[in-house]
Amino acid sequence: MAQALATTLVVASLYALLGAGYVLVYRASRVLNLAQGDLLTLGGYFLFATAATFPGAPVLALPLAAALSALTGVLVYVALMRPMAGHPVFAAVLVTVTLGILLRAAIVLVFTDRTRHPLQNLGLSNPPRPLAGGAVVSTFDLVMVGAAVAFFAALFVFLKVSPLGIRMRAAGERALLASQRGINFHGVFALSWALSAFAGGLAGMIYSSNVRLEPSLGILGLRAFAVALVGGLDSLGGVVPAALLVAAVEVASVRWGNPLLSDVSPFLCLLVMLLVRPWGLFGTKEELERV
Amino acid sequence: MAALGGGYFKTSYEADLALVDTRLRRVALGALVVALLVLPRFASGFVLDLVSQAAFAAIGALALNVLTGLAGQISLGHAGFLAAGAFTTAALVERGLVSPLVTLPATALVGGVLGLVVGMPSLRLKGLYLALGTLAMHHVVLYAAGEMQARAGGNTGFTIPPPRLGGLVFRGTVAWYYALVVLAALVLFLVVNLQRSRAGRAWMAIRDRDVAAASVGIDVARYKLSAFVWSSVVTALAGALFAYHRGFVSVEAFGFFVAVEYIAMIIIGGLGSALGAVLGAAFVTLLPYVIDALVAGVSPDAAQYYVFPAKFGAFGLLMALFLLFEPLGLVGIWRRVRNWFALWPFRHRPLRASS
Repeated sequence: MAQALATTLVVASLYALLGAGYVLVYRASRVLNLAQGDLLTLGGYFLFATAATFPGAPVLALPLAAALSALTGVLVYVALMRPMAGHPVFAAVLVTVTLGILLRAAIVLVFTDRTRHPLQNLGLSNPPRPLAGGAVVSTFDLVMVGAAVAFFAALFVFLKVSPLGIRMRAAGERALLASQRGINFHGVFALSWALSAFAGGLAGMIYSSNVRLEPSLGILGLRAFAVALVGGLDSLGGVVPAALLVAAVEVASVRWGNPLLSDVSPFLCLLVMLLVRPWGLFGTKEELERV
Repeated sequence: MAALGGGYFKTSYEADLALVDTRLRRVALGALVVALLVLPRFASGFVLDLVSQAAFAAIGALALNVLTGLAGQISLGHAGFLAAGAFTTAALVERGLVSPLVTLPATALVGGVLGLVVGMPSLRLKGLYLALGTLAMHHVVLYAAGEMQARAGGNTGFTIPPPRLGGLVFRGTVAWYYALVVLAALVLFLVVNLQRSRAGRAWMAIRDRDVAAASVGIDVARYKLSAFVWSSVVTALAGALFAYHRGFVSVEAFGFFVAVEYIAMIIIGGLGSALGAVLGAAFVTLLPYVIDALVAGVSPDAAQYYVFPAKFGAFGLLMALFLLFEPLGLVGIWRRVRNWFALWPFRHRPLRASS
């Protein structure tokens, strides 16, 4: 039982980081970024590259990889999402799908599709840690939980207190009004994309250090969007409870069901949510129509 | 040069109803039919197989085009419908019901019911939420298929014997070539006629504005559901064809990327156009082979290494370029080229048709 709780917490941390990425982007561009999973993979490969460039210097490699992830987010906004403003939402979503395909192709082209382990070059190890109650998790499992907690705490303070964060919230509520009050919403949206890519990249760096690194990690992203929808697509606060819920269902379905069922369990959560409350647990209630 | 003056003048109902209206088009269509009929005498098995694949893809793309292009209902779950059809066929074959006379109607039934179920949320959900619902449904269908595959003894898939109709056995490249091309032509004919029927016009009205459609007396719920059912029945039948054609069914063949490929076909071809769906299907099917040839031509040594990312990347790049710069797709380009030749030396069509 303690093991199940610990696993739930670790999986929920991964989903929360990815879910935050979805919500940040949704608030900026009203688009579901289906390339979030590939941004996660990219973060892992950035770490692999920087670790290979600066072997044995995690102090240098980790921040550099994180900065590269954030920069990717800005580039994606400027190159792909800004031109899509005014196009139908579906076209914009498809552009993110193609972004995912392009990122994956670029990764295979540069790094080949061999399975990698960034930790080897980083000079760090990943020993198991016994916890109270007999549960055992790996060190980077703990790092994942810590990173998620730190990211959400920093994001909360940033959005509540700093002027830039308040501007970001304003632009997320209503871009037109915000721009009329003099907010440079292109800058704010680029920052949203940077934060989103950073969160995904961070999750990718930790996940690939913990488990393995290969181009197909992007699947994780598809499963995590259930989290964003269950919490409410425009609600950052909803991500954490939704991540815990989806992770708990997933861990439970491994325990009492089978691995196939656990693969599909996030989508079952998503379907139930769509039928009951399409705007999510904490999202802004949208006008629903019945035909 | 009658076209310059602005329009065809139709003087009888027969002329207005005809699908192929000018002599040039009749001749071109006749030439195409003859070319497709005699192709097996000249072309190699590889070429025939390519055309068969394109025809198969065209069936799926036409079905998706009815749902997304005509009725405006976004579906990321097209691969799920295909999988449902293929696995229904596999399940029946596994139980000894190998005749297509049994499997095809059963597959159509399963496809119809699934379309109804997936279509239900479309009565409440729109846009992004509907797309997510169909994507979730795709994963649920794949889960059910995966369970079935695991139950069947943990093997990697189901083997399907070639279909038999009386004494006729569909086997070999040429037989499948004719079967798939004829079926694709049949579906194309159906879709072109649907487009101008009551249902097709109702779907387009709903796509453009559902409130306005309802206010002119269109039963929005009924037509949304009928678009889903129509599309999923045809797609499920395509799935059954896939099972018979390949002779093997496995969950791995129906991933999310397949759904993306079908969406790419109708985007690259041109949303809402039947011709576009066929062009897009041919384009997306042939693209990997063209890139194969290109990469092998440039550097035979590196081919092994670069072929996969090059195919994958070129596919993504083309889709992005069409989305960003040519939302009307190949059909839009084709129309522009045609107008350029028809109107030369002028640039624009006359504003008013001269009468």
